[in-house]
Amino acid sequence: MSGYVVRRLGQSLVLLLMVSMIGFAILHLAPGGPLSQFAAGGDMTQEDLDRIAKELGLDRPLPVQYVEWLWRMLQGDWGRSYRDQQPVLQIIGSHIGATLELMLTSTLVAMMIGAWVGILGAIRRYSIFDSLATIGAMVALSIPTFWFGLVVIYVFSVGLEWLPAGNRYTIGDESLLDRLHHLIGPCMVLALVSTAVWSRYMRSSMLDVINQDYIRTARSKGLPERRILLNHAVRNALLPMITITGLHLPALLSGALVTETVFTWPGMGRLFLDSISYRDYPVVMGILVFTSVMVLAGSLIADLLYSVADPRMGAPG
Amino acid sequence: MGHGVRWLERKGDPSMNDHSTDRILAAPALRRRALLALGAGAGLAAAAPGFAPSAKAQPAQGMRKGQVVVGLSQEPTAFNPLMPGIEVDETIWMNVFDTLWYPMPDGSLVPSLATEVPSTGNGGISADGLRWRVKLRPGVTWHDGTAFTAEDVKYTLELIVAPGFKSRTRLGHALVRDIEVLGPHEIAWRMESAFAPYLAFLSNTYIVPKHLLAAASDPNTAPFNGAPVGTGAFRWDRRVPGDHIQLAANEKYFGKGPFLERAILKYVPDMTALYAQFRTGQVDAIIGTGIPANFVAEAEKLPGKRISKVSSGSLEVLMPNLGQPALSDKAVRQALYAGINKKGIIDVIFYGLHKPTESFAPQESWVYNADLPAHRFDLAAANAMLDKAGWARGANGLRAKDGVPLAFDISTTTGNALREQSQQLLLQDWSKMGVAAKVNNMPAAVIWGEFYVRSKFQTLLVGTGFRSGIDPDPSNRFASNAIPVKGGSGGNYMQWENAEADRIMVEAQATFDTARRKALYLRLQEIVRDELPILPIYQYVTAEGTKSNLMGYAPNINARQNTWNMREWYWA
Repeated sequence: MSGYVVRRLGQSLVLLLMVSMIGFAILHLAPGGPLSQFAAGGDMTQEDLDRIAKELGLDRPLPVQYVEWLWRMLQGDWGRSYRDQQPVLQIIGSHIGATLELMLTSTLVAMMIGAWVGILGAIRRYSIFDSLATIGAMVALSIPTFWFGLVVIYVFSVGLEWLPAGNRYTIGDESLLDRLHHLIGPCMVLALVSTAVWSRYMRSSMLDVINQDYIRTARSKGLPERRILLNHAVRNALLPMITITGLHLPALLSGALVTETVFTWPGMGRLFLDSISYRDYPVVMGILVFTSVMVLAGSLIADLLYSVADPRMGAPG
Repeated sequence: MGHGVRWLERKGDPSMNDHSTDRILAAPALRRRALLALGAGAGLAAAAPGFAPSAKAQPAQGMRKGQVVVGLSQEPTAFNPLMPGIEVDETIWMNVFDTLWYPMPDGSLVPSLATEVPSTGNGGISADGLRWRVKLRPGVTWHDGTAFTAEDVKYTLELIVAPGFKSRTRLGHALVRDIEVLGPHEIAWRMESAFAPYLAFLSNTYIVPKHLLAAASDPNTAPFNGAPVGTGAFRWDRRVPGDHIQLAANEKYFGKGPFLERAILKYVPDMTALYAQFRTGQVDAIIGTGIPANFVAEAEKLPGKRISKVSSGSLEVLMPNLGQPALSDKAVRQALYAGINKKGIIDVIFYGLHKPTESFAPQESWVYNADLPAHRFDLAAANAMLDKAGWARGANGLRAKDGVPLAFDISTTTGNALREQSQQLLLQDWSKMGVAAKVNNMPAAVIWGEFYVRSKFQTLLVGTGFRSGIDPDPSNRFASNAIPVKGGSGGNYMQWENAEADRIMVEAQATFDTARRKALYLRLQEIVRDELPILPIYQYVTAEGTKSNLMGYAPNINARQNTWNMREWYWA
């Protein structure tokens, strides 16, 4: 097992290097740059812009800039944002809490409801419930998040005045109750799509399992249906979900770009969008590396957990 | 403008009005007292249509109550006021820091850290404009308790031009020589050449503390840049990145106010969501980008809210690149201008919010020329102009001259639906003139990069200003030595060259005679209106909103953000 882990870690490092190289090149070669926002205003001279570009080191050849960035990165220096001059790691740290809060809650809600809908849909295949769940999932997957977010705000905040129209908390209050109140709207929007996805995965996985020979054997042994479903079917149907959960890990930490924007949620998604818009190269690269590490770690953890959960797979090696 | 377009929004114009500089500067304190005697709200109401006078008297000095949440669609991220930043950053700078003097809505300059605004009349500026002497206010302290002195002003002016420091702009400051501290509260310097706009530049130059920045190993990365210390009415309290910045009242502020305990600058990136938060009362005021045009009529009917339509110093223009053969022909530019349905664009697409204009100067500016020829949307006249200039229609109905087709791209930032609709209107009308124009839009960070500054565009639909800071001097945009692609330094991306305009701008920079400056700029506007290096469409009007019981809000076209007097805001 440890040999496998070391090998996978080695592969991950090579992948990470390639990702950073490609990401750096695409980001810097894309037209425009961090000074565009100042040029647009018209009150800085070209001389000012050229001077600042030079001071930021943007006038040097791209390979030189990349090697310098990589060298600093290896020493633990992720650079500073062009926008607020703060260290990149500190910036990521200040946004990740909001994202985790939103994504964990919505994912838990979606997993619980999605698993329940999926299991029930598989057991009662082609029933009215199953048909409605299938149609509901298709509709939920088709609704644009941006539009749905605005509808939630319009109906529940502006119309009914039940929910705040965004923000993570009321400035000056920040109590648990206040935070939960603010969490409902964005959570509803994110959970809608995720529930649809989880329910489809769960239904499909459950259908695979309940047609297996060992389920038929359990039934022929006269075991109660409830026990068959809970002890044999659901447990096995959940196994593929481990992989999906592992692959979902990066999403938990990288945030939901659209929902965070509509609901004024100061998370990683919005940070990424703002940093891309302003061509804040150090922050975009920092988020890219961070997300890549999460993807690689998520897939490794999923593989390891799978082998632990399903002894038939044996230890990877 | 979602951030892309709003990058361009510039509010201020130096509008020093029609009074002589000497007169304005000789009695600034009196003017301020007169205004304050009227009550800030009442005194400024005339400058701001739709602004209601205060229903309740301003609290007594030292009385503070409550907090205000100001909604912004862009996030302030640059807190050192000398470093590169965009307009929204000024909401922080103007409340945490002070300038030597600042502009009022009527254009007069009011002393702040200085005790009087220097002029040739009061001897603060020598007759040749080369020697400046400024007396500073005693008894002012930085937020950390250290005394403010002339050394801070000297340090600030020197830091701006210091090699290696990422200062926002050195324009004007680079002319300052031999700064001399004459006493704890008096400073003097020499100018390399007379430069009238510098007075206005200093009204936007925030003074930073020497004792904190000089002690840092590198002022570019000093801790100060993340937690600024100023002399302003509010002091830095805390920042939640990506969400809000909280300022607390500076109890030792030397001027009037503040009357609020806290000011929260809340970042709400989506403008529709920002408006929703204004409706629900989560934000008390929307300033800057304002309320989207399609919601203004509805917002005006909201109970407990007050909507002010405030003029901005920015213009929406069609910017032609005169480096393109077809667009270098003045007749083509004049025909294209006649083919713009300004009324259609403003009324149909922007709900009548903006003001049509003919000049590069805002209509509230003291140099505004109201007698320029009025634009008339006339396709027949436009076609006749092109016929006369030799742009003949071919078999396909499209025009060409000497083998050069009358064809070009029109570009703007992607994702701005209203601008894209404006483009469609332009294309539709120009197609009737045999002009083959097509849309080529790009994301903000792309379009305002090399595409813009190296004049790679053909025509641009852009919202921008044509001044130097808050002075009417537009030489950074119109002078022939300001064309970057021809080795110049400036923002003349249109590549316009005109000898008479050059002469006018040089002379107007060097004289402190306001009447002479005005005459020169009136003539310059005539030249620009005739030559059309920019095709002006409208002057921006922004609908800003506040809760009705928030008093003291007063739009100021000469300030870069309407939080300029937040120290005087209070709750009724």
